Amino acid sequence: MATQTAEAQPDTQVQDSMVVRFAGDSGDGMQLTGGQFTLSTALAGNDLATFPDFPAEIRAPQGTLFGVSAFQINFGSRQINTAGDAPDVLVAMNPAALKVNLASLKPGGLIIADSGAFTKRNLEKAHYDANPLEDGSLAKFDLLAFDISERTIEAVKPFGLGNKDALRSKNMWTLGLALWMFDRPREPLHEWLKDKFKKKPDIADANIAALDAGHAYGETAELSGPLKQVHMPARPVEPGLYRTITGAESVSLGLVAGAQLAELPMFFGGYPITPASAILHHLARLKEFDVTTFQAEDEIAAICAAIGASYAGQLGVTSSSGPGIALKTEAMGLGIMVELPLVIVNSQRGGPSTGLPTKTEQSDLYQAVYGRNGDAPLPVIAARSPADAFDVAIEACRIATQYMTPVMLLTDGYIANAAEPWKVPDPSAYEPFPATFLEGLPEGEEFLPYKRDAKGARPWVKPGTPGLMHRVGGIEKHETTGNIDYSPANHQRMTELRRDKIAGIDVPDQEVSWGEDTGDLVVVGWGSTYGPIKQAVNRWIEKGAKVSHVHVRHIWPLPKNLGELLSGFKHVLMPEMNTGQFKTLLRDQYLIDAESLTKTSGQPFQIAELEEAIGRCLDEKCGGRIRTNDDQLPNPVGVEQ
Amino acid sequence: MNEMSKIETTLKDWETDQEVRWCPGCGDYAILKAVQRTLPQLGADPKNTVFVSGIGCSSRFPYYMESYGFHTIHGRAPAFATGIKLANPDLDVWLVTGDGDGLSIGGNHMMHVLRRNVNMQIMLFNNEIYGLTKGQYSPTSREHTRTPSTPLGSVDHPANPCAFALGSGARFVGRGIDVSKNLPDVLTAAHAHQGAAFIEIFQNCIVYNKDVFDDFAKPKGAEQQQLWLAHGEPMLFGSEKTGGVKGLRLNTQAFAFEVVDVADGDWQAAGVQVHDATNRMIAHMLVELPFGEFPMPLGVIYDDPAPTYEAAVHAEKERASAGKDTSLAHLLAKGQTWTVSGTASDPV
Repeated sequence: MATQTAEAQPDTQVQDSMVVRFAGDSGDGMQLTGGQFTLSTALAGNDLATFPDFPAEIRAPQGTLFGVSAFQINFGSRQINTAGDAPDVLVAMNPAALKVNLASLKPGGLIIADSGAFTKRNLEKAHYDANPLEDGSLAKFDLLAFDISERTIEAVKPFGLGNKDALRSKNMWTLGLALWMFDRPREPLHEWLKDKFKKKPDIADANIAALDAGHAYGETAELSGPLKQVHMPARPVEPGLYRTITGAESVSLGLVAGAQLAELPMFFGGYPITPASAILHHLARLKEFDVTTFQAEDEIAAICAAIGASYAGQLGVTSSSGPGIALKTEAMGLGIMVELPLVIVNSQRGGPSTGLPTKTEQSDLYQAVYGRNGDAPLPVIAARSPADAFDVAIEACRIATQYMTPVMLLTDGYIANAAEPWKVPDPSAYEPFPATFLEGLPEGEEFLPYKRDAKGARPWVKPGTPGLMHRVGGIEKHETTGNIDYSPANHQRMTELRRDKIAGIDVPDQEVSWGEDTGDLVVVGWGSTYGPIKQAVNRWIEKGAKVSHVHVRHIWPLPKNLGELLSGFKHVLMPEMNTGQFKTLLRDQYLIDAESLTKTSGQPFQIAELEEAIGRCLDEKCGGRIRTNDDQLPNPVGVEQ
Repeated sequence: MNEMSKIETTLKDWETDQEVRWCPGCGDYAILKAVQRTLPQLGADPKNTVFVSGIGCSSRFPYYMESYGFHTIHGRAPAFATGIKLANPDLDVWLVTGDGDGLSIGGNHMMHVLRRNVNMQIMLFNNEIYGLTKGQYSPTSREHTRTPSTPLGSVDHPANPCAFALGSGARFVGRGIDVSKNLPDVLTAAHAHQGAAFIEIFQNCIVYNKDVFDDFAKPKGAEQQQLWLAHGEPMLFGSEKTGGVKGLRLNTQAFAFEVVDVADGDWQAAGVQVHDATNRMIAHMLVELPFGEFPMPLGVIYDDPAPTYEAAVHAEKERASAGKDTSLAHLLAKGQTWTVSGTASDPV
């Protein structure tokens, strides 16, 4: 644990934020490097946001373009909401990493390249005709190229490792250099390495030597090259205890907290799928919190077992990503029909089908809200950031148990993997919502398994309860007895009851996240677009524009005041990482003329993209549109004109 | 089954007020009665009993049992039942499925509930047909079965439910016939078994596959066609009245069973095999015996308990929890943390 004061130290070389991208082969350990750099950044008291971007292949063929793995971090002494548009520094461990990432580097940005990896063979694999480190093509950037491979081998020589093993410490050498660049202490890393390689002390020592050598190199190189040490003061934040947290960790902890607030044991049924598996991994280590994790034979069994556990009186939870959620669909319908609590976490990724397993997208909103057979409503809520996912998971548990319904929680690949500092909350600040089980009836009262309370919820009866034996199932059932009942009037009534129960869920009123309650333009977002929208809106507010940001957590049912709130703005712009799914929903619900800004590249929105789109909408010529009628529509890729 | 306090009930206590909606004459009626007759004998407690089913004619079963019941979705009953048992291992779970539900759409789940060895009784009603969808051939239909979906006769090879169960790692495999008086005995043995107990019940679909099991199920001549197995008893079938007592002898050279005649009740002299229900190899051989050349093996074919899944899961959870701090505050503050002191505003 590190202690620091919130007061920034005066320093002449202060920079208030910086974006660094580590890129290398998928076997180069870039995610690990990024993760450890993140931790040291957090310990230094900077605010931060990260964006791990890795291929779907575990070890794609070495040196290839599609095997490049990158980790971007934006950190600063001011509030950071996104992983940053364009890196200031690009660390490229091989030619492919340079090629794939160069386009996003800021003009004048710094490239740190391992010239030792720019061999003829690697250049060929990256489709370079000439070595870019030598042909002058990188002239508009600062270039620092040196043989990291060779220096690493030298540094670890005393430990008697073969070249292949020695080169595995290259990432630690690079991390050492990065620590020097940002004036960070090495001790926490030393401790981490010693702990990680507890059983192999010589590997730990070799990695420490590599780290130290990278750090020492920085000190020397400063004298003669473009490398400058940057001092970044801590960001002034609310006092308290902090840690970094990824979305997957946050969802897991939120589920544990939610189950405890409901005073229920948790049953988690999962099946391995990217990027949702991390939740299964986290919860599997939390057994002492009365958590049972079950790795099922498939996605369907995972949700079915969770519903079975809910039926038996626990809080059933299942988690997956798009294609796995599709497989769970039928069981969700049963959950809706038998009215049992269930939390379904969907870590969305690029689709359709297998799509882009490791890339982010928000394209499962239709699936979440509408994607079941029959009229099968369920509440849908969305997390906007890794830290927010904690509160959203608790909210999902509350709704599920209080309303006896499956709830879908939407996160995405970006939120799942990205990390941010998190002020550790005080658990006692959360209002408990203990679940209640029906355990008996007053003398003479008939037991009606589907008799509803004021919220529309039916009683939860655990098998094992004397005198309340009953049967539930997926066939349409009588309004109160729950016995099979196909009669026309009953099905009409039951359909309405199921709809009304969900529509009547108590959802907090929508607040404006940023800006005034009325104005010229409101930018409406949901999920992981929160950071870039907030920044872009803020830039326009600073320029004097009447723009506001509304970020919706409750996708279904919607906050009751949302329609009225939106009507206070002349125009509505909706950026989404899909083709406009939430826009369709809001247009349907409120008959508003919302304009869509869509992005489905597998990459999060950049602030600049949103800033530009907001500017267009505000332009009188455009009248709330992103383009005027005179603008030429973009030419679809591959279509010749 | 579970070691819970036994209570006294009658057949009537297990009947619900729901009208039974199977076709008149359906074999399911006989199975329902057999179960309702068996449960009082077991001392089963309705409040601790849960019937879980998938979809199909057989899966309507829970609605007719005055206990807890969950009629789930097609093929997935084993997964629901696994969740129920993990959440509350004290519940006595009976799973009801059919040849389509349990071996076609739900074959995967059936395999896994058996290999995990979740403690429950699994009754698979095999009628070699899809009844509720009006008579299509099923994964257990014999080759050349003519149905609306196979007007020229089916061409695929049928699955053998008991062989499937053994192959999946089942520790109890039994067989019965809907109308057989011996069915309650098989159910009783399955209930006594700790772990997943698989019971194939030949069930007559009188509408779409009438009398398909008559070769061995028809009362007339049954003695010659049915081999009722019991642990420690010789594998005998037939009688003097029906064409002679016969037995199964193990030919150790060919490693195969052969049918032998037993004269004057002296089965030892004929070398008839004594059934060892804990012998997995014998069980495999019995379920693979070609009917016709051999009688149909029935009763308890295999019964060799092993530790259950839910017991292992709970033991692991207890071990992992021992001595751990379970406060939420402790959990949230895990990992590398840092403290910010002083006061500050929160600028953008």
